[in-house]
Amino acid sequence: MTPGSTSRSGARRIDVNAWIGSYPYRRIAGGSAEFLEVEMRRNGIERAWVSNLAAVFWRNPTEGNAELYRIAEQHEPLEAVPAVHPGLADWETVLIEAKARAVPAIRVDPLFYGISPTDPAVVAVLRRAGQLGLPVMMAVKLEDGRQRHPHDGSSELSPAHLRALIRSDPTVRLVITHADRDCIEQVVFGATPEEADRILWDVSCVWGPPIDDLAHLVAAIGARRFCFGTGLPLRIAESAVARLDLLELTPEERIFIERGNIERFQP
Amino acid sequence: MLIDVHAHFYHPASARPDWAERNASRLAAGDRIGIRWHVASILGSWGRTSPTYFPSPADVTAGNDALRQLAAQHPDRIKGYVCVNPNFTAHAEAEIDRGLAAGMIGIKLAASRRADDPLLDPIAELARRHGVPILHHIWQHRRRDWPGQEASDAVELGRLARRHREVPFLLAHLGGGGDWLHTLPAIRDLPNVFVDLSGSGVDAGMLEAALAAVGVDRLLWGADLTLCTGWGKLRYLERILGEPDLDRVRWRNAAGIFPRGVFE
Repeated sequence: MTPGSTSRSGARRIDVNAWIGSYPYRRIAGGSAEFLEVEMRRNGIERAWVSNLAAVFWRNPTEGNAELYRIAEQHEPLEAVPAVHPGLADWETVLIEAKARAVPAIRVDPLFYGISPTDPAVVAVLRRAGQLGLPVMMAVKLEDGRQRHPHDGSSELSPAHLRALIRSDPTVRLVITHADRDCIEQVVFGATPEEADRILWDVSCVWGPPIDDLAHLVAAIGARRFCFGTGLPLRIAESAVARLDLLELTPEERIFIERGNIERFQP
Repeated sequence: MLIDVHAHFYHPASARPDWAERNASRLAAGDRIGIRWHVASILGSWGRTSPTYFPSPADVTAGNDALRQLAAQHPDRIKGYVCVNPNFTAHAEAEIDRGLAAGMIGIKLAASRRADDPLLDPIAELARRHGVPILHHIWQHRRRDWPGQEASDAVELGRLARRHREVPFLLAHLGGGGDWLHTLPAIRDLPNVFVDLSGSGVDAGMLEAALAAVGVDRLLWGADLTLCTGWGKLRYLERILGEPDLDRVRWRNAAGIFPRGVFE
């Protein structure tokens, strides 16, 4: 899809990495849809793909989907990204409901559920989502490993996991958040071009100058591989915007990252 | 005016073959952000010929020399910290005297020795005598030893700061990893400890918590290795602070702890 015209200021950004709900390991000021909308307006974000943060940690994360759907119905700029737990028997019902509700994507966080990212059940969910035309969002991590709560023993999605998942079925499409340059390179250059083209990476943890990881990646693999993500409300959104402002991009590349690539990825 | 109190540069003998590109990138991005002064250090050879956080005396000297050369090339943009390894007391003292005499404006202590170790006392005493601050690398809430460094946390830096009340200490990169919630109460009552806001961490609530804990007069803006997160935090501060307080964080607080007139 060709992105529509927009200014370089990115007043029509789509944030794929936003959350409602509470976080178990530290207090966060946000968590409500109202808070998100205020932050979105302040940072030129027109729409946000929203997941339920609390539900990631629940034994049945899909119980958080009802609240997510209700909020998305009441707040037009927010789009629900419901959770699907591959270890629960009713995962396909959850997936079918998500499709019926015309969500932009589902999310699967196997390491938070205590199952291997390459478990056959995870692959089955991804394959079925692919057949339904739904991208799957996965977070490499939620919190910097250096600052995690002592009880937060979740490990990170590895490049090996991601390579295995994207190879598992030609219909699988992934939106990966919180990945760094090393992870992205190990996946993109460890995949065929066709496989790599089925992954979008958010920019929330890809650093700007003077390290210039994001600039390097854009030069090496192109602006079409990235999308805009903030991590709200765990993180301030200004950082992701500043990262793009420090990047030398053509206006067209900027629009691709801010909204065009993710629009192309939507069902 | 905007002062980055926590900058780094590289040099030909450092571990990065792209050292010149990284230096140029910092200066170019700094121009875009509006950084007037980069107050920088070089940690020895950055791991090439001795470990980054345990630099040999020879590498310390070479790194400091390289930084002075860079500052001489950019006299209106770069100021330097003298980096030292306190395990080599005589060398560290000589390096400080030599560096400050040549125009450097502070001392950088990384993670070669725990902050509360008595070996740091002569370094702090020299800082007092010369009237310069010490930027100390900090791991926010160090619950164990991490590979490659003998890191310190705010409690350990606080012990040093209590012994040297006349020396301003910059607690490095509040957003640089570890638990900043542990750091803030540990230094709340230490007026000679200033909080450098740099680091890749941009946790929501961190800036408000820092303001509440130590007040706007003890916050310093910096970027360290990620100018994008530094700029993001600055933009956020522009939202929550009025112009006078913003100026304090941007540069006035820094100007108050470095030698008078160095940023004019």
